[in-house]
Amino acid sequence: MSAPGYPIGILAELTHRCPLQCPYCSNPAKLLKANTELDTQNWLRVFNEAADLGILQVHLSGGEPTLRPDLEEIVSALSARGVYTNLITAGVNVKQERIAALKDRGLDHVQLSVQGATPEVTELIGNMKGAHEKKLETARGVREAGLPLTLNAPIHRHNIHQVEDFINLALELDADRLEIANVQYYGWALINRTQLMPAWDDVMAQVDLVEAAREELRGRLLIDFVTPDYYAKFPKPCMGGWARDAFMITPDGTAMPCHAAHTIPHLVFDNVKDKHLAEIWDSSPAFEAYRGTDWMKEPCRSCDRREQDYGGCRCQAMAIAGDAAATDPACSLSPLHETMLTIAGQTQSKEAPADDFTYRRIGVNA
Amino acid sequence: MAITTTRKRLVVSEATKPRLPSYVRLHHDAVRGAWALLSPEKVMWPDEISLDILRRCDGASSAGQIVTALAAEYDADPSMVHDDVMEFLQTWADRRLVIA
Repeated sequence: MSAPGYPIGILAELTHRCPLQCPYCSNPAKLLKANTELDTQNWLRVFNEAADLGILQVHLSGGEPTLRPDLEEIVSALSARGVYTNLITAGVNVKQERIAALKDRGLDHVQLSVQGATPEVTELIGNMKGAHEKKLETARGVREAGLPLTLNAPIHRHNIHQVEDFINLALELDADRLEIANVQYYGWALINRTQLMPAWDDVMAQVDLVEAAREELRGRLLIDFVTPDYYAKFPKPCMGGWARDAFMITPDGTAMPCHAAHTIPHLVFDNVKDKHLAEIWDSSPAFEAYRGTDWMKEPCRSCDRREQDYGGCRCQAMAIAGDAAATDPACSLSPLHETMLTIAGQTQSKEAPADDFTYRRIGVNA
Repeated sequence: MAITTTRKRLVVSEATKPRLPSYVRLHHDAVRGAWALLSPEKVMWPDEISLDILRRCDGASSAGQIVTALAAEYDADPSMVHDDVMEFLQTWADRRLVIA
């Protein structure tokens, strides 16, 4: 295998602590406690190593990254190296002074999650009273501070009817971008799949609506659409290819090719506390495992699309096929594609009571 | 669809004075020895001609002036440069990577 190129981006989960308890959270089911988090000096060292390695963008995420009191210091350090900083926040209990301070430190962009277009849905999903109003307040604060704003709306059966409302909300809040992101089913979302999976008809209506809105709003609002895997023809190029140009770091310093990679049991991860980031990027066993195309089996191995989608999502292959080197079952060429459609069909046809979520909490699935 | 907004699409003309929005940055990447365009979710690697246009999107020069300057620099037919530059700017404006 040829040597890897330089990586472009890192998703840095600064903490797993979060005031919200969304049942599709992309954090692992086994959440890390505060006392395992990397300290400030370690993060600053890692981000310097990242800039040396060619990293151009860092997505500061969580959990809720604003719970880290050293966030300003981290943004300053990245900004000093010319790295593009994107804050990914739930936007509850974030003070206006803090937003302004982050802007002063060189923060480039804010991505705010919105669980619902109405207070009822936001509170149902995040399991927090008053969350909706706080989010709107944060969005206004971001624009007031002169920072650009993206709204990220994860879509599932409880808000798939609100897509049009999310578009109007994005415009009302003067957002530059809106992400309509259908939930991907691993981790917490897999635990809650029955409660979250939308119905086929609703998915189809959503696709039409988003396409029409993109056309109508061309040049006015940028809408990124993460399509639903379970109803796809071809898989997504997850992370743009395994360890190809982006990776992530967990709160305790574990470097992983994607945020669900821990669901593949045989992978061996390195920690940024023990090794230089350049060494991890070049030779971490977990990064090497599915890098490039040499690991592929059929039908991926001889497929014309193998360097477009890199076989799709390894974690979804693990979850559905029981083999992380299998073709992502989201692909219509996968022998398990029918199984995936059957799961989607069975799941969404059941009447799932809304209050039946396993909410994301530390210790729940430990 | 019931969309309510007063926000307008930028229709690029010769009088438009294009600039990069605050969330888009041209950055010289020392590791790769190349110019990168950094935007919220994407890093792009503009070619030389794109870079020549983007560098002139300073909010002071009009699209017409950018065409004149580039035609002189490339010793090219201004009418051809005109069409290329206008098309480029409109495409980028529609992706909200260039504003005015």
